[in-house]
Amino acid sequence: MPGRGAVLRDALGIGLAVGAYGVSFGAAAATAGLSTLQACALSLLVFTGASQFALVGVLGAGGGVGAAVAGAVLLGTRNLPYAVRLTDLLRLTGPRRVLAAHLTIDETTAMATGAPPGLSGLAFWATGASVYVLWNLATLLGALGAGVVDTTALGLDAAVGAAFLGLLAPQVRDRPALAVALGGALVAALAIPLTPPGVPVLLAGLAVAAGLRR
Amino acid sequence: MSGLSATWLAVLGTAALCFALKLAGWLVPPRALEDPRVRRATVLLPVALLAGLVVVQVFAARRTLVLDARAAGLAAGALALLLRAPFLVVVVVAAATAAVLRGL
Repeated sequence: MPGRGAVLRDALGIGLAVGAYGVSFGAAAATAGLSTLQACALSLLVFTGASQFALVGVLGAGGGVGAAVAGAVLLGTRNLPYAVRLTDLLRLTGPRRVLAAHLTIDETTAMATGAPPGLSGLAFWATGASVYVLWNLATLLGALGAGVVDTTALGLDAAVGAAFLGLLAPQVRDRPALAVALGGALVAALAIPLTPPGVPVLLAGLAVAAGLRR
Repeated sequence: MSGLSATWLAVLGTAALCFALKLAGWLVPPRALEDPRVRRATVLLPVALLAGLVVVQVFAARRTLVLDARAAGLAAGALALLLRAPFLVVVVVAAATAAVLRGL
């Protein structure tokens, strides 16, 4: 069983990996026509990567504010069940829930739910702090350095998929979870050609049904 | 409305709505989670969504399925995971694999 040191090391590792992704977000925002201040405001205030990418993607393609916000919010809906799961796991009360809410994202949820017994809280807060600081620094760097660095040539886009796989792996502990993971992947793959960007990930959530049957 | 203020509207609107979603989840009363099926669903939902995110991130080019350097990066990352490499190593191996393939 990994201990506190391993949890902290992984929290920093995830922060660095997300930071690499953050540089590409800052660059994407600048390329889409957002100011450096707007790019940084998104990372500080929205703080949910997929939604931020969706927003600047639609704005950059000339889409309207309504369509851009709708896509981003649709992608952000998965944070609601994440928060429900974390409420059950961390048992926080009072104003700390507001701060925890802001830090509720894929990475912090995955680390908290994948942590050894008793270390969920440490995993959540350490990952939240690490990812928040590095994601925001990286956004600023990316927005300022847009056009100077080619993030695709560095393989940063491939890093993101591997990061999600690394977060997924410790959560697949039994057969039902494996069925749900494979089902989610299959549903997303089928939905990519058939639905607008952002929707395939939401539809993947339907695969939960595969793990609820006997 | 100027272009600048429309963009700010999008930025701040997204921030407000995304935060509202996160907070709503934290304010769900504990008794709503007493049903074992509901609890099981909240445990499994991140699994399904993360699996979907992997596929979208690696195999999607807008609305087409593609097999490119990202897939090779994912395969290398998966191998590193099987060898019990730490998270950062998994990510670096994936990025380096894709970068090398693109440089060929």
